Amino acid sequence: MADPILSLSSVSKSFGPIEVLHGVDFELRPGEIHALIGENGAGKSTTMKILGGYIDQTAGEVLWQGQPLRFAHSDEAEARGIIMIHQEFNLAEHLGVDQNVFLGRELKRGWRLDHAAMRARTAELLAQLDCPVDPSARVSDISVPSKQMVEIAKALSRDLKVLIMDEPTAVLTERDCEVLFRQVERLRDEGVAVLYTSHKLSEVKRICDRVTVLRDGAMVRSSKVSEITEDEMAEAMVGRELSGLYPAKALPRAEVMLEVENLSVPGMVQGASLKLRRGEVLGIGGLVGSGRTELAEAIAGLRACSGTVRLEGKDLPAAEPHVAMTRGLAYLTEDRKGAGLLLEKTLRENLTLPLLDRFGGLLIDRKAEEAALDKAIADFAIRVPERNMAVGNLSGGNQQKLLLAKTLLSDPQVILIDEPTRGIDIGTKQQIYRLIADLAAEGRAIVVISSEMPELIGLASRVLVMHAGRVVGELAQDEINEGAIVRLAMGLKDSEGEAA
Amino acid sequence: MAHAETKTRRRGGSIDLKVIGPIVALIVLVLIGVALNPNFLSYANITNVLARSAFIGIIAVGMTFVITAGGLDLSVGSMAAFVAGLAILTMNVLTDVWGVGLPVILVGVALALVAGLIAGLINGLLITRVGIEAFIVTLGTMGIYRSLITWLADGGTLSLGFEMRELYRPVYYGGIAGISWPIIAFAVIAILGEVVMRHTAFGRHCAAIGSNEKVARYSSIAVLKVRLATYVLLGLLVGFAVVMYVPRLGSASASTGLLWELEAIAAVIIGGTLLKGGFGRVWGTVVGVLILSLIGNILNLTDFVSPYLNGAIQGAVIILAVVLQRKTGTDR
Repeated sequence: MADPILSLSSVSKSFGPIEVLHGVDFELRPGEIHALIGENGAGKSTTMKILGGYIDQTAGEVLWQGQPLRFAHSDEAEARGIIMIHQEFNLAEHLGVDQNVFLGRELKRGWRLDHAAMRARTAELLAQLDCPVDPSARVSDISVPSKQMVEIAKALSRDLKVLIMDEPTAVLTERDCEVLFRQVERLRDEGVAVLYTSHKLSEVKRICDRVTVLRDGAMVRSSKVSEITEDEMAEAMVGRELSGLYPAKALPRAEVMLEVENLSVPGMVQGASLKLRRGEVLGIGGLVGSGRTELAEAIAGLRACSGTVRLEGKDLPAAEPHVAMTRGLAYLTEDRKGAGLLLEKTLRENLTLPLLDRFGGLLIDRKAEEAALDKAIADFAIRVPERNMAVGNLSGGNQQKLLLAKTLLSDPQVILIDEPTRGIDIGTKQQIYRLIADLAAEGRAIVVISSEMPELIGLASRVLVMHAGRVVGELAQDEINEGAIVRLAMGLKDSEGEAA
Repeated sequence: MAHAETKTRRRGGSIDLKVIGPIVALIVLVLIGVALNPNFLSYANITNVLARSAFIGIIAVGMTFVITAGGLDLSVGSMAAFVAGLAILTMNVLTDVWGVGLPVILVGVALALVAGLIAGLINGLLITRVGIEAFIVTLGTMGIYRSLITWLADGGTLSLGFEMRELYRPVYYGGIAGISWPIIAFAVIAILGEVVMRHTAFGRHCAAIGSNEKVARYSSIAVLKVRLATYVLLGLLVGFAVVMYVPRLGSASASTGLLWELEAIAAVIIGGTLLKGGFGRVWGTVVGVLILSLIGNILNLTDFVSPYLNGAIQGAVIILAVVLQRKTGTDR
């Protein structure tokens, strides 16, 4: 086994009076993919940022090839070949792909930029990554998975020794994940040390060699992946036994709550139709960019569209989100930070934002708002260190619970939930799954859009799969399995009859 | 939990400082004023300062809503001049027809309010329906109104007839219980503005749109309507400021309301409203207006610094206010 290239020796980190990392030991070796897992708030991000040279530890040492090291700046870490890929991409949206790959390290010929060489080198790197993006395309025009690939190309363009990836697959579809895995494995074989975080334990099992589990800022387990099962990983993360991640499915009733006919969003969705019954959880699968989100947004009145949407038998006007809400339809966005919550505002202001007209008449009734917040905190088990804090300072899981509370405040009967558990820990996931099942059992009709197959399989009693803007298949009860969903999502039509 | 409590207290402390910052600056200015000239706190001087602040102040209250919702309006100074010119011309024409009398003033007042409202509506529609940047739209209308008033006055001054001026005069110079009308109007509008900003859905929606327009839209807020409403409100308040302004001098010219837009925007920012939107406070704007006019007043009352340097000192105060805002901004 190679000597560790980058390691932590009893490293602690405090923010103000609060210690978030307690004496963590951690070793990263060349030619190894090392998974770092833990619930939200367990200290994964802090550990990664210390390793990547973004923040300093409060106590303990960072060792580079056995020698103590302190980075004055993350540039120094990069100069040594330590590259961190953030969850929120670090790309200049208005620049081209090639300009981004070489940002800050532009190739020059004399005093002029060597555009041709940079473009050619970028094309080479992207080809290695199986990424069909034009090097001269603007970053703002390319898809989210492609952006991820550009980030990786950027890392590859340097002399890479340590690659730190913060949940790289959170925004990728299964197929893109496979491409990513192949690249990461290739880098490992070339001797790069890879640190990898993910909430998807199956991925960890699939590509990682070693796994370290953090809980509440301390290392609770570190072992070879071959010696630990997914269940054991989950239990180490949560600190208790997790039984039955998915609750029992409710039985749909007869009454049709939502009927969509021939709905089209120009360039995004073509002629989609669906029916949703009271008490039903309908899953929508498909690749990122297949039109799932656009379909849901169009139903909720957030996008201009053609076709008909009937809610409880009555037509719903297009592009009128307020009407949809007052008639009892709610949409929970996949973009929690960009479209869901006002990060610098308080919990109270976020919770009541869509429904202010129900809190007082001319003037807002502050007391009623506070009471609603009390109820939301209790009902959704939101952990709030400080009641008047900005929502941006909450952990991802608690933000998601607040967003759920906000969406459900209008007591909707039809609920469209887009990526219910993106980027949140397994304990919170379990809570949210229970909540979804309870809502269905109460007789509400629910659509769950998800890129995570187990989520669709575990929650939905029926799954629609979208491909390139069309609903290409429907799977009921026993037909729902990963293979069938993936085949449909990839646009393989012949799978319909012979699935499973 | 002890940790959390200390953290709370510290955070509370820093927010307090941010809240009282403009008030501290205002108190310091008053103390300087008193120290430099004993007449500073006299009834006449205070009334004079407050009454002159009223025009900018009334406009700045409206500007607070526009900026909080993530917008900007550069046209208010020119708009005020144009509306004033329009009102004076109309009243002069009506005097010839109806003779001197109250109806003429009432028509003039109504015209100023409606003209302001329409001007605000034009700005708002171009910004929300046509989708042009607020900066560009209002830069354009700023030039248009300034040019129109110059043209209406034919390069000179539009004056209200002498008798009409005498009749209209009390609106600026009169008052009740020793407090002049402009001060009362400013106070009432400021209080209403503060209540609307803080305690109504409209105020909350403005802050939400300025904070993140997409979140606001996904929270089923009618973003375009709210935004349009902020410009219409501002236009209406410009009209109202003109109603108070015309009786002061009884005239309007190409230089009327010059740089008012900058003073109004500066007052809003000094008061702690974020220029990029998302957070606004009307009482802060009032403090900002007072700070700006006190600087001018103090320079006029003392021989210490030339009054010609008024603009320089105001400029420094504006930059300082934003620097302080940024410091506390990173704290959050």
